[in-house]
Amino acid sequence: MSNNNAYHIRTDVCVIGAGHAGCEAALATARLGLKTVIFTMNTDSIAMMPCNPHIGGSSKGHLVREIDALGGEMGKNIDKTFIQSKMLNKSKGPAVHSLRTQADKAAYSASMRQVLEQEPNLEIRQAEVINLLVEDKEDESGAVHPAICGVVVHTGTVYECKAAIICTGTYLNARCLVGESITETGPGGMQRSTSLRDALERLGITTRRFKTGTPARMDGRTLDYSKMTIQKGDDVVIPFSYSTDPKDVQIDQVPCYLTYTNEETHRIIRENIDRSPIYAGIIEGTGPRYCPSIEDKVVKFSEKERHQVFIEPEGLSTNEVYVDGMSSSMPDDVQQRMYRTVPGLENCVIVKNAYAIEYDCINANILKQSLETKAVDGLFCAGQFNGSSGYEEAAAQGLMAGINTALKLRGEEPLILKRSEAYIGVLIDDLVSKDNREPYRMMTSRAEYRLMLRQDNADLRLRHYGYRAGLITKEQDEYVSYKEEHIAKEIERLKNTKVGAAASTQEYLRSIGTSELKTGVSLAELLCRPEITYDMLSGIDPDRKPLEKAITEQVEIGIKYEGYIERQKKQIEQFEKLENKKIPAGIDYDDVLSLRLEARQKLKEIRPSSIGQASRMSGVTPADVAVLLVYLEKVQVPSV
Amino acid sequence: MALEYDRLNDDTIAAAATGLAEAGIGIIRISGPDAIGIADKIIMLRQRNRDERDLFSGKKRKTLFGMPSNQIRLAYVVDPKDGRVMDEVMVSVFRHPYSYTTEDTVEINTHGGVYLMQTILELVIQNGARPAEPGEFTKRAFLGGRIDLSRAEAVMDLISAGNEFSRRTSMDELRGSVSDKVKELRKEVLYEIAFIESALDDPDNYSLDGYPHKLEEKVTRIADELKELIIYAKEGRILKEGINTVIVGKPNAGKSSLLNYLCGSERAIVTEVAGTTRDTLEEKVRIGNAILNITDTAGIRDTEDVVEKIGVERAKKAMEKADLILFLLDSSAGIEEEDRRIADLINKEISRGKRCILLLNKTDLPSKITQKQAQDLFRFPNPKPSPESSEKRINNYRSITFLTCSLKEREGLDRLKKLILEMFRAGEIMEKNEVFLSNLRQIHEAEKAEEALRLVIKSIQNGLSEDFYSIDLMNAYTFLGRIIGEAVEDDLVEEIFSRFCLGK
Repeated sequence: MSNNNAYHIRTDVCVIGAGHAGCEAALATARLGLKTVIFTMNTDSIAMMPCNPHIGGSSKGHLVREIDALGGEMGKNIDKTFIQSKMLNKSKGPAVHSLRTQADKAAYSASMRQVLEQEPNLEIRQAEVINLLVEDKEDESGAVHPAICGVVVHTGTVYECKAAIICTGTYLNARCLVGESITETGPGGMQRSTSLRDALERLGITTRRFKTGTPARMDGRTLDYSKMTIQKGDDVVIPFSYSTDPKDVQIDQVPCYLTYTNEETHRIIRENIDRSPIYAGIIEGTGPRYCPSIEDKVVKFSEKERHQVFIEPEGLSTNEVYVDGMSSSMPDDVQQRMYRTVPGLENCVIVKNAYAIEYDCINANILKQSLETKAVDGLFCAGQFNGSSGYEEAAAQGLMAGINTALKLRGEEPLILKRSEAYIGVLIDDLVSKDNREPYRMMTSRAEYRLMLRQDNADLRLRHYGYRAGLITKEQDEYVSYKEEHIAKEIERLKNTKVGAAASTQEYLRSIGTSELKTGVSLAELLCRPEITYDMLSGIDPDRKPLEKAITEQVEIGIKYEGYIERQKKQIEQFEKLENKKIPAGIDYDDVLSLRLEARQKLKEIRPSSIGQASRMSGVTPADVAVLLVYLEKVQVPSV
Repeated sequence: MALEYDRLNDDTIAAAATGLAEAGIGIIRISGPDAIGIADKIIMLRQRNRDERDLFSGKKRKTLFGMPSNQIRLAYVVDPKDGRVMDEVMVSVFRHPYSYTTEDTVEINTHGGVYLMQTILELVIQNGARPAEPGEFTKRAFLGGRIDLSRAEAVMDLISAGNEFSRRTSMDELRGSVSDKVKELRKEVLYEIAFIESALDDPDNYSLDGYPHKLEEKVTRIADELKELIIYAKEGRILKEGINTVIVGKPNAGKSSLLNYLCGSERAIVTEVAGTTRDTLEEKVRIGNAILNITDTAGIRDTEDVVEKIGVERAKKAMEKADLILFLLDSSAGIEEEDRRIADLINKEISRGKRCILLLNKTDLPSKITQKQAQDLFRFPNPKPSPESSEKRINNYRSITFLTCSLKEREGLDRLKKLILEMFRAGEIMEKNEVFLSNLRQIHEAEKAEEALRLVIKSIQNGLSEDFYSIDLMNAYTFLGRIIGEAVEDDLVEEIFSRFCLGK
């Protein structure tokens, strides 16, 4: 270890960065009994939401549910600090129902900071980490690998540790762009970090540049809401967390407002397009297609006459509002003019400019499925640093990195969620296996088996894993088992309970607005009618025992969509066969003679853990997979 | 892509191991964990000193499971649905790992002939096997380790040659309109998936109001177009292999005159292909672009009077095998009991999709049968041909068509030939000979795609929401992709971003 004269502090885990990934990671390791230090550039930016003020939304809501089911914090924290909540896609099938909330940003951040502060094993430290220390470690086969043994902060102090988790988000070598103006800061004017890139490069980990953007914040008092459409939350709010009492979330909600851009807005943008740093070629980073700036929207979708703009409050303690739909990196004057063309925004006063931000991140292909780097033992990475975007994506990775750090230090196998088990599984598998060239956002269309990955069954899918890792209590886990048992029993009962075509039954069916019976059917068959709900059947189901809504909801979904669920289960069976064919870590791809060159390079680079993962990699063909299968059959590869 | 590998060793595949060609003998190979089980469903081993009826009733039947490896036995191929014997064959069982593929393998030596082999192969597939990809037996031999690793390089060449071959052949066959068609349909499906996904991901921005109705129309059209391709493909196969034709009618209705007319006047190809052990005889007759295989089960060189000589039972069997039934009615004799019995049999065949032409013969004599009387014999009078879609047009011919003629005066016979060609779309399809889905695997994928699309329509009609359609739409997209050998991968995400303006 270098720098022997430095002040040394001993801990188990160092978490670098205290955004949404860092907070989940640090809470997980601390709660799993590891002494943890979390480093932040500024304690006032813990769990900061530098872009939009919402948590959840399509597929992201699923991630929050999954985080909660596994024992993470995000769901609980937003339940305490949301100011509006809405279940999206309610008219659609249960798989795409998704919870979205508006957060009180300041409250969210403060509340998370408090949770961190109260965690016994967790220490918060405001400092920039400038170096990573490694030592040689011998594995069972006698091979020597570098392993993390400490981090150095800007003051020179060394924190000795057994593992470190990098969650630098958008802070590393960040620069913010507004027109021709470039400032070297992190998001929201926060100080950026700079030294870690060189430290990573010394360890053979290279970085790349990604870009994202955010719209302006305005003084809400200067807007005319009478020209916009009000957008209210749901009458009955469903909490994100399974631990939150639904009674506690029935609060007075704050509305959002909808307005639109118009031809005039688009004209101003088109006339000034050469002043946009992206179109002028100043920005080098790759931006996300799903989060286009208003400039991008106008240029790429020129046939659209207008684009939606949502005005969303930033919190209860501020007048600032977020102008959702109009992120931009145009110069000040253009921003002012274009915003003021939007109905209701004619007299708007901008508090913070819209800006684009560029930052260093890694290509997550250098990570294992556990989020540990392949190059350095005990070094984990999570969040936007891995090339994702979004608070929820970051938190999900942070939690998994935290859990897997703890499992590693306990000498246990990592927790790797399959694509068929969780959106988190899809997220991480996509990040580490696929060739991602822009910040990665979760989308429902990325999940092949989404009918099984519903927000309503995250606990059934994941609680047991959370319990095994140690973040879920025995009682919570037992409740899931109880739930599973009663769901199965009730489905069985409905399938076996027949109703005949008696006059009283027919009359009841008419009264609930459905057609009469021609022959006797089971209650399950009746429930398959689109217009019928579980509750409606109570009148002809005298043996029914009272069951919790959480159970009857699952019963109803299980019966109504049985055919689809069965089809999906078949697809999953096929998929898992390949997932279960593991590739030993010790494989030497140069030894596999018949691989094509491109495939060999890709496989050496990504080192997939299963045949399934290999088959999803770009550049690997079915023939290559066949070669691999034979090789694994024939050759005893040390599993390391 | 993943869908391709998951099938590597878990399912059972089948194909003609000798190539589908006109040859004296053809081998169908079934390989995979369930090869013996599948073959056993359709193979009846011949047992000495046993009444044949016992054999098929399944009493004390010897199964293939009990048959020793590496031997060859006489057996019958029987359709388990109706117990119909399709061919007399020689069968061998090779057990894991001592077979070409190292898997359990059954080889069926048939009497060759493209049509027969195809029929047996289809039967094997109906009973649980999957059509093999080109080179797949070799691939399995390789995966099973039968071929030494030191030769892996060479084998990989073979496998990729197999893939290359399949890609090339599929591209060859699809070059031109059909390939473009599949691509176009696939693009349309992808667009709809992307639209649904965009709307689900960003419900604030994209509304799905009124969408299901539009989608139903579109998907119905796509499924119909696919159906048309499938029908084309199947018709094309019939054309390539010859239209199996049977002439029926009571004695003296003019059957031999018709046969002689068809053979005599147009003996472009007349060959006698006598099966080595079967008592059948085929007359091959060319009419324009089409070949008729006029099958006679009466016995060697006996080309007359099916009904007369072998009775209604044999006529029934002949009709079951036929693609086309030519039914002769003697208009000078009036409708008799025998005509009714034949008509009943034809009704059954028509309901199974067979095509039939009723020839009201002897118009040179005074007629005792009105068109109405003749029509009343059948449950499926011919609806008017509609020009809307070729599927409809073809289906219209899946019923009975009436013609009047005089064989003696050779009147109305040109119309008969024209009608046959039209029924099987000979002109149209033969011109496109190079472009339709010609291998069974492609037809199979197209059928699966169509089925998936029909499930989408069902979901719409059952009032399910949009997210349910996408499960089956995605399946349809995958199956369509397999026809033309295109990878699925990240097409969807690309489509979403390029078409729809998403996000904040």
